[in-house]
Amino acid sequence: MTKRSSAGSAPVARRSSGSDPGGAPAALRSRGDRAFRLATMLAAAAVLAAAAAIAFVLLRASAPAISRFGPAFLVRADWDPIRLSFGALPFVWGTLYTTAIATVLAVAAGVMTALYLTEVAGGGTRAVLGFTIEFLAAIPSVIFGLWGLYVLIPWLRDHVAVPLSMRAGDFPLLAGPVYGPGMLAAGLVLAVMIVPTVAAVSREVFASVPETLRDAAYALGVTRWEMVRTVLLPAAKGGLLGAVVLAVGRAMGETMAVTMVIGNAAAVSVSLFAPGNTMSSVIANQFAEATERLHQAALMEIGLLLFLTTLLVNLGARWLAARTAARAMMVPPFAGAPEEGQADAA
Amino acid sequence: MRLRRLAVVTALLAALATAGCATSGGVGTDTNGNPPGANGGSAAVALTGAGSTFDWPLFDAMFKEYQESHPVTVNYQAIGSGGGQKALFDGTVQFAASDAFLSDEQMKDHPDVVHIPITIGAVSVGYNLPGVDNLRLTGPVLADIYLGKIKKWNDPAIAAINPGVRLPDLPVVPVYRSDGSGTSFIFTNYLKAVSPEWASKVGAGTSVQWPAGLGGKGSNGVAGQVTQTPGAIGYFEMAYAVENHIAQATLQNHDGQWVQPSTEGAAAAAAGAAKSMPADLRKVLIVDAPGEKSYPISGFSWVLVSRDLKDTPQNRELVKLLWWMVHDGQKHAEPLHYAPLPEEVVKLDEAQLRGLGAGGTSLLGK
Repeated sequence: MTKRSSAGSAPVARRSSGSDPGGAPAALRSRGDRAFRLATMLAAAAVLAAAAAIAFVLLRASAPAISRFGPAFLVRADWDPIRLSFGALPFVWGTLYTTAIATVLAVAAGVMTALYLTEVAGGGTRAVLGFTIEFLAAIPSVIFGLWGLYVLIPWLRDHVAVPLSMRAGDFPLLAGPVYGPGMLAAGLVLAVMIVPTVAAVSREVFASVPETLRDAAYALGVTRWEMVRTVLLPAAKGGLLGAVVLAVGRAMGETMAVTMVIGNAAAVSVSLFAPGNTMSSVIANQFAEATERLHQAALMEIGLLLFLTTLLVNLGARWLAARTAARAMMVPPFAGAPEEGQADAA
Repeated sequence: MRLRRLAVVTALLAALATAGCATSGGVGTDTNGNPPGANGGSAAVALTGAGSTFDWPLFDAMFKEYQESHPVTVNYQAIGSGGGQKALFDGTVQFAASDAFLSDEQMKDHPDVVHIPITIGAVSVGYNLPGVDNLRLTGPVLADIYLGKIKKWNDPAIAAINPGVRLPDLPVVPVYRSDGSGTSFIFTNYLKAVSPEWASKVGAGTSVQWPAGLGGKGSNGVAGQVTQTPGAIGYFEMAYAVENHIAQATLQNHDGQWVQPSTEGAAAAAAGAAKSMPADLRKVLIVDAPGEKSYPISGFSWVLVSRDLKDTPQNRELVKLLWWMVHDGQKHAEPLHYAPLPEEVVKLDEAQLRGLGAGGTSLLGK
């Protein structure tokens, strides 16, 4: 039952559910059928319409900023509400920087957790750990922010940031001064927040890889690690990418927890310890009090950029997933097997 | 074929959604329109306001008392000064509260908006320096800290005004409000008044481009960063520092006196300004105000309301409420660490309130 939801089987599942009802005998095409089709189409169209409407409203509201700053908005580094001079670079930089830290850490930890759950752990551990992961995913982000501010940051500052920057401060990535809040703190808090997503989706993906593949590999005499490396991971690649996309999306849009730990300074720095800012965080911080029209428009344009960045990341990942899935199916000796298994699941 | 049908439906829905947006912006332009749910036939008149979070504890106490003795319910939403201004312009509320006065440009678009000073607050400078109980700062030193020019606590400029105090060799971490805020408006106006360099490089407003330091969201965000970071310095409403037992710096005022933040100090600063207030009571700053007792980082908070109030039961109750707030309501100020309006300012407010009413007919006393 859970196999259905796995991202790995998604392309096949979509294809089968999309098979044409027009192919059914004419007698079955009742009025109810037509109503059903209309209702589902309306629902689907509403999703697309919402996305289009958001893009349109953002575009219209940001028009003053777009016409004032042009494409330079992307590379300007100042954000001065008094002189009405705005650029998005610090916020784009901060979003990408923290998302990158979070994704690298969370994907490593999440995939390993999922492997442990599906391949190593016994039934009891599996249940407890599985529940804990789902529970973590349900914690409101402000709790993570408070934890970051009062627990993680003081520890990070005294035991990691200060010693590192004192010994290796010449290295730009570790340069001081160390305030406490900053990119690394934000990336770590984000990582903790998205680990559950990665772990939960990866677990479903691994679970949906047919048992016969594992058995076949073990029959050839491989160890568990060799089975994971040569069979499980290649078969699950497409689905794992889906997990990464979900995680990246959540990391880029997260606002509250990041605002509490990133330091909210509109600066561009490569140092892990430097305070920064993100696109969602600057909107949340300044929108309520932005009274000048250009200031509002600039914030709207940041929103538009966030919308476009999310869209690009999703499209890119989808393209990657499609490519790896197509390639995986051509690789012998398991060429036929994954597809068969997925078709079963669907 | 199916794809094309989906595209058409999508386009229609999108058009509907955006059209809905456009009309919802237009509906509320009538400032005198009753908000939804008001005058629903019940005896109590519902009044709605929005704005300053700084004013919220005071308003909460005021409205609780007022509602007990008057047939009125007041719904005030503390969404921030800028949000309150927007809500007033859109006509979704009948009054707004703001810690910053409207700019000249905003007044051009909304010439009917009247400024009514409602309370006075002091902004404390809090710090986290282990072992230092009484830190003294002058305006220029504070400005240099926020400009990022003073980087260490044992800087000679700080040591010179703190004789006998053992200042640690700690980096200075200036903390500011990352969200737009009336507190920042008062604080940056103070730095602008005492430091020409701040005036030319940064300026003053509800949010500015901070040259150094860290941002915290809300007063609790700033206080959190200050209490968590040794060497940090931040600013917040005085009530916040008092309630949370954060050490507050002693500042040198315009007359050269060293003063701790206090409601008396804020009131003294306001009383001095009352003599030279502009007729519309708008552009009034009482930072770095003269007077022996004046606390230098003080500011007014205003109620904003449209002058063109139609003669409706609701608007009559609104004017009555505002009148009560600048008179009897002021008794709630002191216990909540606000300064009550000085007599001179109450007189000026009375004149403003008498002028409320469309076509020049005062609603007061009706």
